[in-house]
Amino acid sequence: MKTKHRAVITVLTVVSLVYVLPVVAVAINSFKKNTFVKSETFALPDAESFVGVDNFVKGMTFGNYPFAKSVLYSIFITVASTALILLFASMAAWFIVRVNNLISKIFYYLCVFSMVVPFQMIMYTLARTADKLSLNTPFTIPVIYLGVGAGMAVFMFSGFVKAIPIEIEEAASIDGCGPVKTFFKIVIPLMTPTLISVGILEIMWIWNDYLLPMLVLDITKYRTIPIHIQYLKGSYGTVDLGATMALILLSIIPVIIFYVSCQKHIVDGIAAGAVKG
Amino acid sequence: MKNKKDLTIYQKSIRKWGWLFLGPIMIAFAIGFLWPFIHGLYLAFCDFRLVSEAKFTGLANFGKALSDEGFLHSFVFSAIFTVVSMILINVLSFAVAYYLAKEIKGTKVFRTVFFMPNLIGGIVLGYLWSMIFDGFLSMFETSVLMDSKFGFWGMIIMVCWQQIGYMMIIYIAGFKTIDESMLEAANIDGANGRQTLFKVMIPNMLPAISICLFLSIANGFKLFDQNLALTAGMPITTAADGTMIKGTEMMALNIYNTFYGQSSFGHGVAQAKAVIFFVIVAAIGIIQLMVTGRRKNENKA
Repeated sequence: MKTKHRAVITVLTVVSLVYVLPVVAVAINSFKKNTFVKSETFALPDAESFVGVDNFVKGMTFGNYPFAKSVLYSIFITVASTALILLFASMAAWFIVRVNNLISKIFYYLCVFSMVVPFQMIMYTLARTADKLSLNTPFTIPVIYLGVGAGMAVFMFSGFVKAIPIEIEEAASIDGCGPVKTFFKIVIPLMTPTLISVGILEIMWIWNDYLLPMLVLDITKYRTIPIHIQYLKGSYGTVDLGATMALILLSIIPVIIFYVSCQKHIVDGIAAGAVKG
Repeated sequence: MKNKKDLTIYQKSIRKWGWLFLGPIMIAFAIGFLWPFIHGLYLAFCDFRLVSEAKFTGLANFGKALSDEGFLHSFVFSAIFTVVSMILINVLSFAVAYYLAKEIKGTKVFRTVFFMPNLIGGIVLGYLWSMIFDGFLSMFETSVLMDSKFGFWGMIIMVCWQQIGYMMIIYIAGFKTIDESMLEAANIDGANGRQTLFKVMIPNMLPAISICLFLSIANGFKLFDQNLALTAGMPITTAADGTMIKGTEMMALNIYNTFYGQSSFGHGVAQAKAVIFFVIVAAIGIIQLMVTGRRKNENKA
């Protein structure tokens, strides 16, 4: 039994090392001169190919767009959209479960329905609608994300609200606590674990989303990180692979930090979300 | 149990606040989903380049979409890709989960490593892997864009790398739900490892297995970012009748290119393709609901 375990651990260790190799390769290549990235992808930088932090310096303004700006837009859009979704979807889910009238039933089933509709079905008309309503800036796009993300968030929150005993709230209401206060003072604290799980799913989605902001925003003015990365290659001619790798590394690092710092919540959230879904 | 129609005083007091609790999200939902969906459905039956000039043409767009070789190719390519990636992802993630569900040394580290690629976005992932594949293939003086086979297997490797960790989490959660006493009983009855796996574990893991199967099918069919970033549909071949076919273009990318690329079709045909795509994806979702719903009912009975 012990030797068997050792064999399993050895195999898993080897596989894990292979698994992190692509990210390591990006890191290595981000310190190499452009011409060496393609010809010696898997070699460590040597005296000839090593360029220090040149690629990172170059990457900051590479692609005719400041990288820092795309980072700020990405952070703002992700945080604002996630906050909107968490607030309004949890409110809606609580109302739907507690009141359960015709409107909330219809809305709930529309939410479930929206989960099986692929984005390609609505992308053209959505971009047009966003344009018409002037929701096409990074500061208004959270409204679009709220609409597109409402379905899944309401569905997940509803599943959780059903498990909250109504008696706690009724006791509060007898004590003179109004519905709005009840929701924010009593229901929200009970929902914290679900808020975290759903929040993480939304952050992962919006941070990495490419197509929606690409179609909705005016990309000559506003780019998120995925749009910026895509347009590095899109602007044909001189693609500096060294600088591209530097930017890819810079865009992976925050993701890894986020993952390491809330790993437990991420894993729990996915396990919970999948069992419900 | 109270009749649902008789709301308690408490529930009635909440109902007055519907405008606040449901209002904002319903407006956003109407803007972000409902209206675009209805409008998109209507436009699939119209001929237009500008929406203001849309003319109703019935099913003509669907006829054009279904006779477009490029679209049919993207459907077949997506279907094959989905089946291959579904099998590989599930077999591999199940195997990894089987070992990681046991409390062996370093389980946490392994889980962390396997899950990590999942958080990297599709576009970044595509460029990351295009560097790796081209770094390797350039030794043979070729590129991932040169041959559809390279593109196909390149994307398979990429989505496996990305999704195995995700499915692994669900499978581990599934393994944890198996009753210890059942495994002990199997052990006492003299079942060997393989028998325990196939006769005890797998039957008890059917919910997790069906979730992962459907998730990977949906992910496969809807793949877009990775496809765009790794191959963008390359290479292009010319069919017998002279139409250009992109060898590694999947359905979502084909629809995107019909809308925004240099396509001879109008936007109406692109929207019709999107409706066909929607029907396929929705059918997968409904089958999933039926399968998982039936199991829930069985459990209740």
